[in-house]
Amino acid sequence: MTANNIIQIVLYFSALLVLAKPLGLYMALVYENQPFLLDRVLGPVERIFYRLCGIRPDEEMDWKKYTLAVMVFNLAGLFVVYLLQRMQGILPLNLQAFPGVSPDSSFNTAVSFASNTNWQGYGGETTMSYLTQMSALGVQNFVSAATGMAVLVALIRGFSRHSAQTIGNFWNDLTRSTLYILIPLALIWSLLLVSQGVVQTFSEYKNVSLTQTISYDTPKLDDKGNPVTDASGSAIAEKTEIKEQIIPLGPAASQIAIKQLGTNGGGFFNVNSTHPLENPTPFSNFLEVLAILLIPASLCATFGKMVGDMRQGRALVSAMVIVLVVLMTLCVWSEQQGNPRFTGMDVDQTASSLQPGGNMEGKEARFGIVNSAIWATATTAASNGSVNSMHDSFTPLGGLFPMLLIQLGEVIFGGVGSGLYGMLIFAIITVFVSGLMVGRTPEYLGKKIEMFEIKMSILMVLIINALVKIGTAVAVSTKTGVASIANTGPHGFSEILYAFSSAANNNGSAFAGLNANTIFYNTALGIIMFIGRFWVIIPVLAIAGSLAKKKKVPAGLGTLPTHTPLFVGFLIGVVLIVGALSFLPSLALGPIAEHLITVK
Amino acid sequence: MSKKSKKKSLFEPTIVRRALWDSFKKLNPLYQIKNPVMFVVEVGSILTTILFFHALFGKGEESPGFILQISVWLWITVLFANFAESLAEGRGKAQADALRKTRREIMAKRLAKPEPDAKVTQVSSSELKRGDIVLVEAGDMIPGDGEVVVGVASINESAVTGESAPVIRESGGDRSAVTGGTLVLSDWIVVRISANPGETFLDRMIAMVEGAKRQKTPNEIALDILLAGLTIIFLLVTVTLLPFSIFSVQAAGQGSPVTITVLVSLLVCLIPTTIGGLLSAIGIAGMDRMIQANVIAMSGRAVEAAGDVDVLLLDKTGTITLGDRQATAFIPSKGVDVKDLADVAQLASLADETPEGRSIVVLAKQEYGLRERDIHSLGAVFVPFSAQTRMSGVNLNDREIRKGAADAVQVYVEKRGGTFPSEIRSIVDDVAKQGATPLVVADGPKVLGVIQLKDIIKGGIKERFSEMRKMGIKTIMITGDNQLTAAAIAAEAGVDDYLAQATPEAKLKLIREHQAGGRLIAMTGDGTNDAPALAQADVAVAMNTGTQAAKEAGNLVDLDSNPTKLIEIVEIGKQLLMTRGTLTTFSIANDVAKYFAILPAAFLSIYPALGALNIMRLATPQSAVLSAVIFNALVIIFLVPLALRGVKYRPLGAEVVLRNNALIYGVGGLIVPFIGIKLIDMIITAMGIV
Repeated sequence: MTANNIIQIVLYFSALLVLAKPLGLYMALVYENQPFLLDRVLGPVERIFYRLCGIRPDEEMDWKKYTLAVMVFNLAGLFVVYLLQRMQGILPLNLQAFPGVSPDSSFNTAVSFASNTNWQGYGGETTMSYLTQMSALGVQNFVSAATGMAVLVALIRGFSRHSAQTIGNFWNDLTRSTLYILIPLALIWSLLLVSQGVVQTFSEYKNVSLTQTISYDTPKLDDKGNPVTDASGSAIAEKTEIKEQIIPLGPAASQIAIKQLGTNGGGFFNVNSTHPLENPTPFSNFLEVLAILLIPASLCATFGKMVGDMRQGRALVSAMVIVLVVLMTLCVWSEQQGNPRFTGMDVDQTASSLQPGGNMEGKEARFGIVNSAIWATATTAASNGSVNSMHDSFTPLGGLFPMLLIQLGEVIFGGVGSGLYGMLIFAIITVFVSGLMVGRTPEYLGKKIEMFEIKMSILMVLIINALVKIGTAVAVSTKTGVASIANTGPHGFSEILYAFSSAANNNGSAFAGLNANTIFYNTALGIIMFIGRFWVIIPVLAIAGSLAKKKKVPAGLGTLPTHTPLFVGFLIGVVLIVGALSFLPSLALGPIAEHLITVK
Repeated sequence: MSKKSKKKSLFEPTIVRRALWDSFKKLNPLYQIKNPVMFVVEVGSILTTILFFHALFGKGEESPGFILQISVWLWITVLFANFAESLAEGRGKAQADALRKTRREIMAKRLAKPEPDAKVTQVSSSELKRGDIVLVEAGDMIPGDGEVVVGVASINESAVTGESAPVIRESGGDRSAVTGGTLVLSDWIVVRISANPGETFLDRMIAMVEGAKRQKTPNEIALDILLAGLTIIFLLVTVTLLPFSIFSVQAAGQGSPVTITVLVSLLVCLIPTTIGGLLSAIGIAGMDRMIQANVIAMSGRAVEAAGDVDVLLLDKTGTITLGDRQATAFIPSKGVDVKDLADVAQLASLADETPEGRSIVVLAKQEYGLRERDIHSLGAVFVPFSAQTRMSGVNLNDREIRKGAADAVQVYVEKRGGTFPSEIRSIVDDVAKQGATPLVVADGPKVLGVIQLKDIIKGGIKERFSEMRKMGIKTIMITGDNQLTAAAIAAEAGVDDYLAQATPEAKLKLIREHQAGGRLIAMTGDGTNDAPALAQADVAVAMNTGTQAAKEAGNLVDLDSNPTKLIEIVEIGKQLLMTRGTLTTFSIANDVAKYFAILPAAFLSIYPALGALNIMRLATPQSAVLSAVIFNALVIIFLVPLALRGVKYRPLGAEVVLRNNALIYGVGGLIVPFIGIKLIDMIITAMGIV
């Protein structure tokens, strides 16, 4: 670890936590329909929108109605994204004249963006028209994030209300999340990113002359495509010269802001935020990586405010920060150690004023080790999935921590809304076990945790676990699954395990060595992303409904306090044991085996 | 069934013998399926048994000796869990047998109408229906549960309560309930039968202690679901390890896939067998501890709810204070010697057999050395208390000595031409303000002074209440006294609140108010007028001496009829939940060490580098797997005493309790298996069995 590593990590968390509280309190105002400055300006827009859509925002829904609304809205969105991709060839704003996207890839991408996963089997600048990027993917970036926030708010109402039948109105929550939270933040972030040089234009791709021509040899081929050989039998090479380069452009900044803020992660360009036009400077990098965790961290404060006890939100965010700081530091440390294979080869991997040192394979020179590792762990802690370096090229241990963060269930910050509702489910399980230990039937925030809540909570954990394990098992057992692997040995296993962990937990990042744009992976991962998102929402909303109906038990001395360091420790223990323990055997066959082999 | 026999040791030989036999009977899969965790273990045992024969006769995946040992230890795991449950049940069963002996056929004297001289028909007790009227005379056994409608008798209820001192049962009032199977010692009573055969208190009690009607309680079901969920997760973990390892063999180009035997071992080690195997034993043992405390729980739910109680409603009399008020001071009026007052007060009370009267005599003797005198040799005539005069006393020669309420005595002396001194009025007020009762003593027209009668707070009760407060339980005293008295006693006893001049309606209202605020209420009661409040309370302890109505409204019956028992009941309830929580934590924390034992062993042939994870340095892959399985089985049997006795309970705040238990069972659960598995590995390696 270098001093720079530590300073960067401290700086990152300081900025995050300074912003989280005010934003969180602001969001509480939005969801509690309290007056705030922005609603005076945008209130008429909101009301006109409701009138146009025939929505009565004060009409309360019970949990079943709410779930139905979530499902209908997202399925419709999924369908629209699918259609826009398939038909982009005949739709306007297709300056590069891209054809319609294949059915399996369209399906995969539609589910991916509707489920806030943003797994990308396609390359943005070579596949999607500007219209598809903006109206299909961009719109989903907003509404899939807003869906997560709405579900979370419904669950929070389950805690804050008592003896109530309803948990809010989905359309109201969705609209207010988008209008008052996501759009204003995205606007600010877009402008800041544009200031750093991120592109935002409708212009077509540009051909530019290279300042220095590049030449390389290619084998000469005959008409049939066979290499031509000379008399001695060796292939004849032809010199190819490159003088021009196509620079892809587009309305990128607006999309990158929301992709980061809404924990979506789907890059405008194929290489995501490693691309110089998507993430040009260290400052743009800081803005983007800050945006990854901004809303998930702030929602903890929103939660505290809405349940009337800020300490409860602080406890949850503490648990998240502790786990992330530890895993992030370990990841930075592993990458800074460099590649153990190089140590015997006289390769200098130590950090100095001239180089960042460590394992720089797959990393951008302008970000270096620490900003790549901070990003890698932040993007996997949150279910963001955008990258500014290639996780596949991390050292085995360096790659283990991002994968572990996904497998913990995307509850360390996690997706906007979805991360905190996942964490609350873990809190419910924690309360159940630790509550028993103090000799009372467990209560969380004054709500008795009983059979139904436990059933739904464990169901949620079970669904995600089953998706990852069964998905990976099917992939490694079938020829088509194995065929996509780039690497042999344990790393190949890691690639598949990572892909299914990422899809089931709606992260979206990848060990990109795996060629996932095949019918098998597009379909399998598409289905898994869908189940991992929407089947989990059902038990969460069911818990919200059940909690709202309950009476509130006032806290006494005998009540287990859920804001203390002890509880935070217990919560971390449960998250680690349920997450880490169930994945330890598969990790042993992947990154752990790879690491132990490499260091030997 | 005497008191002595109830204090059985945990491992009474007869019970252990029966439990051993039962644990084999419980291997029946139809029985096991009720407990998903142990069912999975049993399936694993069967699977490895088949694998053993497969290895014996064909080419097995592992050596037959190894598979056999794993298989045997898996069977032992199931048997240990069965044994724990049977042991817990056995204690109840032994008690049920004793109870059943008392429930023999009795010939009952059925009466045509509820009068002792009505026509008698002899019928068997098993034919008695609800509403039948029977006559029970001295030496008869009461044929069924019922209510005394005529008469009064002394009854030996030791069959039910274990208490051999006879109790009085009489018609009317709160002591009218009689229990079938108890013996009338003197006099006769006419009883109206209130329960059909098979539904009597004794029947219910047998069913409860035997656990025959034992239903899982809500919290137990919730925990069951959690454990079943974890079991499925670990099932997925192990099942998918097979394709993962097959793939890894191809990828690494060496080694062999993980064997079924090792996968089953890993599965059994990972699923929460410790708590899964002991869960029902913990529940049964909780009920059993209630029985040991001489409390019969009418439902397991009540035991569980007892742990959650937020508010205790306690009757003042008998619970907080000794049953009766006692004289604590003589306060003379001006110009009267305190010894004279004591002397006269004693004279007035000599023939007064009420506890209050006795206490005046005793106080006079203790404080002023006045010996008791015989009222007859003095030639005194006792004037008993009457509702009209509201005074009692003696007529001695021409002296008329009286003691009584201030206003009654005032009327009395003024009628005789005396005056009621104003300083007496202020003494009376002072005494009343302290929560005591003033009795004014007069000798003819002259007022001598005041006797202070006070409620005596039970020894140690204040400490109990402060423990309750630490546990977060609020105590409310219920009393018929006026505000002033109630407040003074409440302050002295250290209760948090009180309800003065309590009527049944006021009690019910108080309970409902607290429940509306989300609190759980526990109360005790014995009278018919307590029944509505008992029915409303979440934990309702009826006194066994109480009326049938009270007993039916309550969900717990205290055979000792000791209202302080409520505090013990709360502790037992908490202990039950704590035991569940701590063993769950322990069970799950154990998994970490088991991973470190089994994973390197399972994958060593594929990736020899994974041997680095063998941090316990276990001898061979086989010894590692076997040690983990053996540890997993042994830990169940080691924890049986803890499951049956319950985790030690201390009245502390939730945070402290959690910290202590998290340290002992969480951190301990992480560390202990590392040591245990290593030790077992050393032993079996030394023995050379793997």
